[in-house]
Amino acid sequence: MHKILRYPLQALNYTLFMLLVWYFSAAPPYAQLQPDQAVITVAFSHAGERREECRQLSREELEKLPPNMRAPMDCPRERSPVKVQLLLDGELLLEEVARAPGLYSDLGVDIYRTAKVPAGKHTLSVQMNDNMRVEGPTYTHEQTVTLEPAQLLVVNFNSETGSFIIQ
Amino acid sequence: MYTVSKRVNPVKRMYLLLEEWFTLSFGADWNPLYHLGTLTFFFFWVVLISGLYLFIFFDTSIAGAYASVEHMTHQQWYAGGVMRSLHRYASDAAVVTILLHMFREFALDRYRGFRWWSWLTGVPTLWFVITLGITGYWLVWDELGLYVAVLSSQLMDSLPVMSGSMARDFLAGQLTDRLFTLMGFLHLLGQPILLIFAVWLHVKRLSHVEVSAPRGLAVGSLLALLVLSLLAPATSHAPAELSKVPAVLHLDWFYLNVYPLLDQWPATRVWMLTTSVTLLLMLMPWLPPKKTGPAAEVHLDECNGCGQCAEDCPFDAISVQARSDDSRWENEVVVNPEQCAACGICVGSCHSSNPFRHAKKTLETGIDMPQFPIDEVRARTVAALDELSGDTRIMLFGCDNAADIDSLRSPDVAVLSLFCTGMIPPTLVEYAHRHGADGVFITGCRTGDCYFRLGNRWLDQRFAGRRKPALRQRAQRDRIRVYRAAETDTARLRRELAAFQRDMAALKQEASVPGTRGEAEIADA
Repeated sequence: MHKILRYPLQALNYTLFMLLVWYFSAAPPYAQLQPDQAVITVAFSHAGERREECRQLSREELEKLPPNMRAPMDCPRERSPVKVQLLLDGELLLEEVARAPGLYSDLGVDIYRTAKVPAGKHTLSVQMNDNMRVEGPTYTHEQTVTLEPAQLLVVNFNSETGSFIIQ
Repeated sequence: MYTVSKRVNPVKRMYLLLEEWFTLSFGADWNPLYHLGTLTFFFFWVVLISGLYLFIFFDTSIAGAYASVEHMTHQQWYAGGVMRSLHRYASDAAVVTILLHMFREFALDRYRGFRWWSWLTGVPTLWFVITLGITGYWLVWDELGLYVAVLSSQLMDSLPVMSGSMARDFLAGQLTDRLFTLMGFLHLLGQPILLIFAVWLHVKRLSHVEVSAPRGLAVGSLLALLVLSLLAPATSHAPAELSKVPAVLHLDWFYLNVYPLLDQWPATRVWMLTTSVTLLLMLMPWLPPKKTGPAAEVHLDECNGCGQCAEDCPFDAISVQARSDDSRWENEVVVNPEQCAACGICVGSCHSSNPFRHAKKTLETGIDMPQFPIDEVRARTVAALDELSGDTRIMLFGCDNAADIDSLRSPDVAVLSLFCTGMIPPTLVEYAHRHGADGVFITGCRTGDCYFRLGNRWLDQRFAGRRKPALRQRAQRDRIRVYRAAETDTARLRRELAAFQRDMAALKQEASVPGTRGEAEIADA
């Protein structure tokens, strides 16, 4: 084919290529949320209680230890898993059981869970158990919240004060 | 000799049709499908240059990033805005050319056998490109940037090697400039360096690697990108707000296609899917494996160490080293069997492959294919010509990876298929003329698309006298025709061969007329 005749074909090819690039660079749009939805995120870091209580060593037990290791208390390192439940208007929305990480399962857990919920007024309750020696929740919190569409509500926990913060 | 199946599968047929369309539009020299690698390089040049410009005006802080990008997009639309659009669209175009590159190698079965290394290293290279794009979207720090940041962090958090939660950093009151600066560093320096290293590995087993797209294609692509940038400038979403989740996002599907999956699946499952797909792609060269013929062998008695075969080898499988015997020559060539594609191009490069040598005994050459040595090529050429009974005798050389030439055999046409037409020493053509061929017709992979990369190019250069061993000046070029055809081009090849036969018949008749070039002259030539 003569070179001149190729130019319109080339223009057509470039146009098609650029249309492909342009379209998929921003389309089709992705609806992450419905217009009447909001998001609740439970996100915090917290170390569970020790799996076993610390124990006072007896004099005999201490004497068996090398002098430089004679700590009066024996505290097993393993920590309890942290169980969190989030209830929205009495219905279970999220549940997470996080095992303590680390070689000796002795580190704090990081919890990050997200749920989409209808916008509007809700009763939100959070329950957490961080001590496997205790039955039922060790911390609870309940609060009425009003969620705007597309709002992100974060459920946090302050380990120092032992309280949930919803903001 | 290895036989190659000539059945054309539908995927390959589809690809060849597409290739034909582009050859019609651009010509073989500019066919974009033959330059997907160099086009990708070109797009990255555009990305690099536009990125450097953007970096001058970009504020690498949470508070300033969005505003600086908006300033470039709107207040400085004629420069910064265009550069931003070029940056985005060239990045997207690069993904398209990479995917087409993969599709092409797959459709043409050019990913197995000796090509395993390029395929294996190419798959993770695509991921490096994708992650580079992801951090780029992050830096704009609009709603899309926040979305990318949060979901990427969730992906990272799900890895067992990660401690702490990166995703929590994107909650209100947690985010600091440090993480943002780290992303800037990764996008601007860390990831590009990693990508360059990956590309270097990808082409490591190739020689004569081209990194520059043909000027015409480069200019055309740049113009097209510029027009697109002016007509549909890249824009941002609303600024990132940590207390909000954007409802609708205009994702760049070339880079962010995995992210919507995170809405449906846990991050670990997304990792499993992407890792499995990646591993499956990487293992494709062995599913099933493709056998490569025995590697070329060096015959030191005939090798003077000139290094032409090493220069011509498309897969960097031959090196020149100091002589290991007591020959008077300084060097010898050594074949690395791991990298040898068994294409036979080195045989065509070797000056000792001249079939006029050792006429009465076995023809030995400096480097040869054990499964189809040059002596057998010569013998089968002579035998094929001897069998011809027609008036106009044509010697047709073809290649195992292009059009099937067996069906073209006739009382006038002798055929011999080689591994690659680059395996033909120019003297073989003259030898065929001397042994009764009125014309020599050579066909092989389509122009610009040699299965062994460089066979076509080297043959053309040898015939044009621009590459050693060159076709001699006295060779009758009007009795040689090169017409290249893929497996689906047999009908066209048949027509071209018929035309050549007519031309040779006319030439023969002309030569027999007194006063024109005599037969003796032709025979002598």
